[in-house]
Amino acid sequence: MTTLTTSKPTTPSTPAWLKALAERFSGPALLATGRQLLLPMIGILLFLGFWHLAAPQVNTSLGSFPGPAQVWEQGGQLWQEHTAQREKADKFIAMQEARNERILADNPDAEVKIRPYPGAPTFLDQIVTSLGTVLAGFILATIIAVPLGIVFGLNRYFQAAVNPLIQIFKPVSPLAWLPLVTMVVSATYVSDDPMFEKSFLTSMITVTLCSLWPTLINTSVGVAAVNPDLVNVSRVLRLSFWTHVRKVVLPSSVPMIFTGLRVSLGIAWMVLIAAEMLAQSPGLGKFVWDEFQNGSSQSLSRIMVAVLTIGFIGFLLDRIMLLIQKKVAWNQ
Amino acid sequence: MTKSHLELTGVEMAFDTPKGSFIALDNINLKIRKGEFVSLIGHSGCGKSTVLNIVAGLLQATRGGCVLDGHEVNSPGPERAVVFQNHALMPWLTVYENVELAVQQVFRRSMAKQERKDWINHNLELVNMAHAANKRPGEISGGMAQRVGIARALAMKPSVLLMDEPFGALDALTRAHLQDSLMEIQQDLNNTVIMITHDVDEAVLLSDRIIMMTNGPAATVGEDLRIDLPRPRNRVTLADDPTYVHYRQEVLRFLYEKQRKLEKITPRAASTREAASATGEKDRLTQAARA
Repeated sequence: MTTLTTSKPTTPSTPAWLKALAERFSGPALLATGRQLLLPMIGILLFLGFWHLAAPQVNTSLGSFPGPAQVWEQGGQLWQEHTAQREKADKFIAMQEARNERILADNPDAEVKIRPYPGAPTFLDQIVTSLGTVLAGFILATIIAVPLGIVFGLNRYFQAAVNPLIQIFKPVSPLAWLPLVTMVVSATYVSDDPMFEKSFLTSMITVTLCSLWPTLINTSVGVAAVNPDLVNVSRVLRLSFWTHVRKVVLPSSVPMIFTGLRVSLGIAWMVLIAAEMLAQSPGLGKFVWDEFQNGSSQSLSRIMVAVLTIGFIGFLLDRIMLLIQKKVAWNQ
Repeated sequence: MTKSHLELTGVEMAFDTPKGSFIALDNINLKIRKGEFVSLIGHSGCGKSTVLNIVAGLLQATRGGCVLDGHEVNSPGPERAVVFQNHALMPWLTVYENVELAVQQVFRRSMAKQERKDWINHNLELVNMAHAANKRPGEISGGMAQRVGIARALAMKPSVLLMDEPFGALDALTRAHLQDSLMEIQQDLNNTVIMITHDVDEAVLLSDRIIMMTNGPAATVGEDLRIDLPRPRNRVTLADDPTYVHYRQEVLRFLYEKQRKLEKITPRAASTREAASATGEKDRLTQAARA
């Protein structure tokens, strides 16, 4: 303790932020910060050490299991591939524009074609695609689950009627839904100029089907648990049904709804990877699958990069939801 | 006054239970004049809250009914504003917004925007809560929150103010303070008030009339005591006043001799919290009896 509190006493003229900084790095505060940062660091280092030592012992047909060093290297490699592709794409676009301008200069009525860059999507592109798909599926799930949850929560009879269905559909694996969703999408989404890829729709709908349950259940529980005194206030005020829902029921159940949304988003992200693998829709799941089929000596390292990325993004998504919850919910 | 302002006639309340119908209230008849301050007192479980909820329209009497100013009461409404025991403020709204919700709903058409704003602030000032207008219920004390609950009820300009043990959850000092404020406000506005209480002193100090209820099941009006004490009333000087002491004794005699609760105080299958509040209530009553 004494060795840690060696920082000089701050003079009154020091600005407030500097003082706050100094306080953070001295005495008990430093100890607390240290404990907060140090222990997780130790945990991570221990894990990396174990991984480094254990990985070479595991032999597969594609060589030994990659250690942290190889995975790190492949991470860099994937980034380089991405920047290289971007450069090529920029060149392609520039050339295309130049050619089109030439054609238009010769003949202003000529029809020019603008083609997208035909190169394969890079790892980063796949991440962006996956995020887009998961958000689309999650938002659709929210749009369905919150209003339904409110209806179920408000009406006891409705709730009793629907509860067994919820309990049965909730534990269904995405892999079971996928073939059905694929067939239904192929059969119903027929258009000459489709706005979305079928594979995107399949993944998105699967994500929705698997992730809407926690939000639905939490919303209905939250709505049913509104303080009866507050409901009586609403009755005394003769609030209309919509005002009652908007001003009393919804705000009151926001904390529960958000807890459900966080669980839903976690499930959505997990389900998405599986759905993309099977539906062959672009995204991180397809990246993993392609690398697996590819079977080069680097494949395992690249899959490991994807695994870590998936975990990290899942963690970030949860944190973002937590931040939104803190902004929106009154009890935080 | 020939025509009564609020009238309950032959009110019976039965609840369906697994063991069959349970008659909570039986043949309650009450006539209340405009501007009268009426307390309902009785042992816990005698159906005081049920009577209040029937007047509020939150419950429907199974027989008989309630008429206010010539209209039958069959649903809740702002002209019968309720102050709940635990303030019942929306925890996500500020003090101001809580009163605003009521004012917006009741005077949306009859008041201009600025007028509504002034009216909200006026009511907050009435209960001395204007300084905390932007705080949330979680950030103020229980007594302050209860004041806001009263302000919200008053802001509806109710013809009857219904209070369900409004000061039951507060400590003795805060309670005394709020009782004094309530007396002042009631004298200014001349509202009709029906208040449920367990506190004999509170009932005698505040009321024009005390309705004492018999024990349930099938509870009904036991005695109707008129309190003829001049207003404004002062709790300190009244403590020695022989008329005041006499009224107190009347109520105590009713509660402890005529309607003595024979039930043991051992907590049964009932929830522990309910048992705790019931025994706390009894302690308070016995303390009052000793004083």
